Amino acid sequence: MDLYRENVFSVLFIPFLMIPNIRWDETHFGKMGSYYINRTFFFDVHPPLGKMLIGLAGYLSGYNGTFPFQKPGDRYGHHNYIGMRGFCAFLGSCLVPFAYLIVLELSKSLSAALLAASILIFDTGCITLSQYILLDPILMFFLMGAVLSMVKYNSCAVRPFSAPWWFWLSLTGVNLAGAIGVKFVGLFVVLLVGLNTVYDLWELLGDLSLSLVTLGKHLLARVFCLILLPLVLYTAQFAVHFAVLNKSGPGDGFFSSAFQSRLIGNNLHNVSVPEHLAYGSVITMKNLRMAGGYLHSHWHLYPEGVGARQQQVTAYLHKDLNNLWVIKKHDSNTDHLDPSCSVEFVRHGDVIRLEHKETSRNLHSHQHEAPMTRKHFQVTGYGINGTGDANDFWRIEVVGRKSGKRIKVLRSQIRLTHLATGCILGSSGKTLPKWGWEQVEVTCTPYVKETPNALWNVEDHINPKLPNISLDVLKPSFPEILLESHMVMIRGNSGLKPKENEVTSKPWHWPINYQGLRFSGVNETDYRVYLLGNPVVWWLNLVTIGLYLLMATCTIVAIKRGAQLTVEFKELSEVLLHSGGKIMLGWLLHYLPFFMMGRVLYFHHYFPAMLFSSMLTGITWDTLLKFCAGCLSCSMGKRVYTYGMLALMLLIVYSFYLFHPLSYGMVGPMASDPNSPMAGLRWLESWEF
Amino acid sequence: MLGFLKQPVVVTAEINMNLVALTVMGLVNRLWALSYPRAVVFDEVYYGQFVSLYMKRIFFVDDSGPPFGHMLLAFGGYLGGFDGNFLWNRIGAEYSMNVPVWSLRLLPALTGALCVPLAYQILVELHFSHCAAFGAALLILFENSLITQSRLMLLESVLIFFILLAILSYLKFYNLQKCSPFTAGWWFWLLLTGVACSCAVGVKYMGLFTYMLLLAIAGGHSWHLIGDQTLSNVSVLCHLLARGLALVVVPVAMYLSFFYVHLTVLYRSGPHDQIMTSAFQASLEGGLARITQGQPLEVAYGSQITLRNVLGKPVPCWLHSHKNTYPIRYENGRGSSHQQQVTCYPFKDVNNWWIVKDPGMQQLVVSNPPRPVRHGHIVQLVHGITTRYLNTHDVAAPLSPHSQEISCYIDYNISMPAQNLWRVEIVNRESDTDVWKTILSEVRFVHVNTSAVLKLSGASLPEWGYRQLEIIGEKLSKGHHQSMLWNVEEHRYGKSQEQKEREVELHSPTQADISKNLSFMARFTELQWKILTLKNEDTEHKYSSSPLDWITMDTNIAYWFHPISGAQIHLIGNILTWASANVATLVYVCLFLWYLLRRRRKICDIPEDAWRLWVSAGGLCVGGWAVNYLPFFMMEKTLFLYHYLPALTFQILLIPVVLQHLTDHLCRSQLPKNMFSALMVAWFSSIYLVYRTFSPLTYGEPTLSAAELRSLRWKDSWDILIRKH
Repeated sequence: MDLYRENVFSVLFIPFLMIPNIRWDETHFGKMGSYYINRTFFFDVHPPLGKMLIGLAGYLSGYNGTFPFQKPGDRYGHHNYIGMRGFCAFLGSCLVPFAYLIVLELSKSLSAALLAASILIFDTGCITLSQYILLDPILMFFLMGAVLSMVKYNSCAVRPFSAPWWFWLSLTGVNLAGAIGVKFVGLFVVLLVGLNTVYDLWELLGDLSLSLVTLGKHLLARVFCLILLPLVLYTAQFAVHFAVLNKSGPGDGFFSSAFQSRLIGNNLHNVSVPEHLAYGSVITMKNLRMAGGYLHSHWHLYPEGVGARQQQVTAYLHKDLNNLWVIKKHDSNTDHLDPSCSVEFVRHGDVIRLEHKETSRNLHSHQHEAPMTRKHFQVTGYGINGTGDANDFWRIEVVGRKSGKRIKVLRSQIRLTHLATGCILGSSGKTLPKWGWEQVEVTCTPYVKETPNALWNVEDHINPKLPNISLDVLKPSFPEILLESHMVMIRGNSGLKPKENEVTSKPWHWPINYQGLRFSGVNETDYRVYLLGNPVVWWLNLVTIGLYLLMATCTIVAIKRGAQLTVEFKELSEVLLHSGGKIMLGWLLHYLPFFMMGRVLYFHHYFPAMLFSSMLTGITWDTLLKFCAGCLSCSMGKRVYTYGMLALMLLIVYSFYLFHPLSYGMVGPMASDPNSPMAGLRWLESWEF
Repeated sequence: MLGFLKQPVVVTAEINMNLVALTVMGLVNRLWALSYPRAVVFDEVYYGQFVSLYMKRIFFVDDSGPPFGHMLLAFGGYLGGFDGNFLWNRIGAEYSMNVPVWSLRLLPALTGALCVPLAYQILVELHFSHCAAFGAALLILFENSLITQSRLMLLESVLIFFILLAILSYLKFYNLQKCSPFTAGWWFWLLLTGVACSCAVGVKYMGLFTYMLLLAIAGGHSWHLIGDQTLSNVSVLCHLLARGLALVVVPVAMYLSFFYVHLTVLYRSGPHDQIMTSAFQASLEGGLARITQGQPLEVAYGSQITLRNVLGKPVPCWLHSHKNTYPIRYENGRGSSHQQQVTCYPFKDVNNWWIVKDPGMQQLVVSNPPRPVRHGHIVQLVHGITTRYLNTHDVAAPLSPHSQEISCYIDYNISMPAQNLWRVEIVNRESDTDVWKTILSEVRFVHVNTSAVLKLSGASLPEWGYRQLEIIGEKLSKGHHQSMLWNVEEHRYGKSQEQKEREVELHSPTQADISKNLSFMARFTELQWKILTLKNEDTEHKYSSSPLDWITMDTNIAYWFHPISGAQIHLIGNILTWASANVATLVYVCLFLWYLLRRRRKICDIPEDAWRLWVSAGGLCVGGWAVNYLPFFMMEKTLFLYHYLPALTFQILLIPVVLQHLTDHLCRSQLPKNMFSALMVAWFSSIYLVYRTFSPLTYGEPTLSAAELRSLRWKDSWDILIRKH
């Protein structure tokens, strides 16, 4: 065992220290690690734990967060990146002992455990993925940790409420929190543990020797450790996340005005602006829906066939000069900023005109269909230098206020009603196609409903003639920002759609190892790393899944038909059906949901499922060989078993020897060239190393 | 010899008058004044166009589902003598005299009416009392939304009919299983299950959900059969094989036969030809076949060809070039090569013609005998009208900066040499020496110098490119994608050496001769694939709704509105039935969980038989509701209230199940039983009243006044059209 572990660390660790430039997604996660060190606020579609840990590892190892992480292939130079990579690689190498322990616990067979562990050690894909600053090794660490502690507490079931039982149960909860905290894919392992727990409780319920009180205790213990504890930890991560990231950064615009006011350096932090809107003020308007954008316009016109061919008006999530609008009176075009004019405040119920500052067009609507939401009216920019027509007039109203009152920056919830048609300006939340730069649609809705989609607040407010007053803006409470950040993440995730005609990875590619992912290096002279599973291992896994289904079906039918099994076979079938079933369920849960996902998928999404598949391989082959051995005579059977296991191990080791350059890097001509060291190994035409 | 005459011939008929009465009531209530309104109502405008195309034998592709449903509707039109001449363009348009409205709407109405006795039979087969069964049938009978949907030329009622038929025949089969397996009746009901399932799937893909449910139920029953140790292994195997045959093989065969009929009937080319591959189009009469007939099969050096992109998305298009060049600088400041544009153009044009040239020779005509181009050969492609060479180089493409620009080479003498050699790779080759064939071969063009692949990016160029589609050289060609594949569509051997003559030749149409026939399976696979992958632009409809609105019926659909009288037809359900169905579902689930947990602790509240009945009936009804409803939450297409109707039917069947269970097991003494019965009568009367109240919106007559309409707006979210005066 110890020998094994040592082996793991040397295999994983030694080479990666020598590669001093960035690979692939390191640009993302490395950068986010730096953000934590610099305490700059950013936005990502994944929950924060993984990046926080990377940041922490960097911080502890002396990385100062100054490396820009601009594009793959950049050199790290003098920056201390070893800590972050080492951390990920350490977690990645923990997978092997975890797999070993899980299989050992489930099958009680040393050789099955060794087989599963050696598959993970000698899989080029796992090695490659754990070598760099990525979220996947962290995710897989927690995932396997959760499975391991689940298996452990299941085997403690004979002595419930003992210390180890509590330990493993609560550790399961902790690991679950970790898994969802890194990526939402962690939900699948939560599901696995949940199903296992339900099954567990069902068994307990059927045990009539237990009193209802004991049952209640069991239930409460699980609710506490597997639901409440993870929830608390998960929330705590976000608390830390928000506490650490207190400086304004690139992610601000995704969030509401109230949220932004928390961030140091944001123009809303301790803001001091003119309090009341006046004519001539330059403002930005933010939609009040979760992850709503700023009212935006630009020189581009709506394309032919989409309403009138006038200037586009959209909602845009980023801060931009094109978000600025000027409030004007509807009937005059005087410059209110002229010092001779007196200040005139905008009041609830006034009829106004909004002029786009950059293009001098008026916010306009008319009875044409909106581009996406066909029931609504189109909103455009119209007129030249502020001269338009009567369709440019809007009535400005504040929710829950009497007419004649002034309008406050940030606090007032504003509704803009189109005077001519009576419709209300709103953002539908739908993304426009390419012609609209994938910004969000803005429409005028004829259905008067009190939803945040149709409400806006004024965020920036510039008016040199008014005194700036420091506003103690509504500080949002923690549950509010937690909810908001989740809404933003979900929207971000569903926005990751593949583009048309783009070649994307399909879930059915993955188990057959159809195509890898290029981590770095394109040309012959480059140092190339290519994420691809060890094909021998992967195809063995694939075959094993079929084999497992066949064996399980045969066993279960035989039992159902009342076949008489010897004690030995009974134990084997128990391992096959129960332990194997759990692992098989894990594989299904981590693989099938991807078929239903609309977002962009990558090859590395399969790796959690691959872990389960490898463990299944260990269990299945061990059972098969034991079964064969049981059918033969004693000495002969033993020999078959030993040689079978040895052959499998050797096969795995030899294939690793063949394919190891994939993960440790290749130099020289491409594999299609006969002179390449990898010549003859390009077994599938779709591999590109 | 004449012994048989000694006995009188006696026919004893047993007629269930309940069933007859229900059928008659169903027919009356669904068929009454069927041809009113004589105008296009809602989705009739959609299905009608396909009926017309069937009548004219013109090929079409409909991405909404398989062809069996359309075929049934068309059959109605065929019986009524419809000639297909009607312009289906607007809801509310008056039908002309040649449209047999009654016979077009007859089939959906008949199937809708038959759902009533089917519901009765199903409950009887589930071993519920005739009283409960009668109640279920009445609920279906007085369900306004089901009536509206079956009185029009729409497919939901046909779908529901086949679903119920499949359920009923499976139940009949299962009940026969215990006493008399492998008898004629047993086989009949088993096979009917399979046939009804495939019909349901053939009408709409939604039928798949019920099919899966039935397969799961049958799987569960078979599992018990395997556990039955009184049966020999052989007879278990026979049982399983019979089920496999009837529930898997037969439906698949039926499904294929729908397509066979579809493809046989529709043999003329039509409006959707463009979606299909060139080979498919060539198999239709007229259209492309007329052009491609008789063109030489093997592409040779000197061939004049048009190249069609295999993917056909966003629109089918041909490789194209024209005199205009790329702008020197793009809007965003990047530079171009300023050479001649190469685009993909969605219309037939003389500028789509290219000539295949051997790099080693000067001539642009086909030698005698022709030298065919094979897989792996290196060619140059010469644009026919401008005689410039297809070229790519290390310049960023206009809209996809990560890929190379494709141009027709113009030598500006600025040390940018021509790189115009392309390797032809036939992707669907059988051997490595395959010849490049017209229409059949799918070809990749790999640039010799940079190994970039000619690809359609899918983006459309701005004004300077006339909004044509962008063509790029993909450097990192990840695997195979159809956007990189091209096939030769039109083809002839070039004969003219001189440019002037050649232009004349390019303008002339190609000559005609033989057609290439595809096998049925090839055509089926292609059509099926197109149906599944074709995506219409997602347009939000005025009456579209989300699945959450359906359970409480927060939405309705206005189907038709008479512009003068103001009469209108709405898809709006019997709200009382809907609410009761929801309550029944809730009660069922709670009681089920309660019993289940208690039984696990060995406490039996109800006898074993009642429990089994409770599980099987509930599994069918709640299961049917769940599988027909829940999947919609994951669908991204536009959804309407009528998608909920199959689920609703199952939910309605659950009401009498729950009611009977409550009377049998929870009301122990006589008094509550009597009260319960009285309550039932009151409840049924109110359901009838609601039905009567909303029937003007269901049947479209009588016309209601504005005040009456306003009083029918029971929910604020209902959209009932009230004219302002």
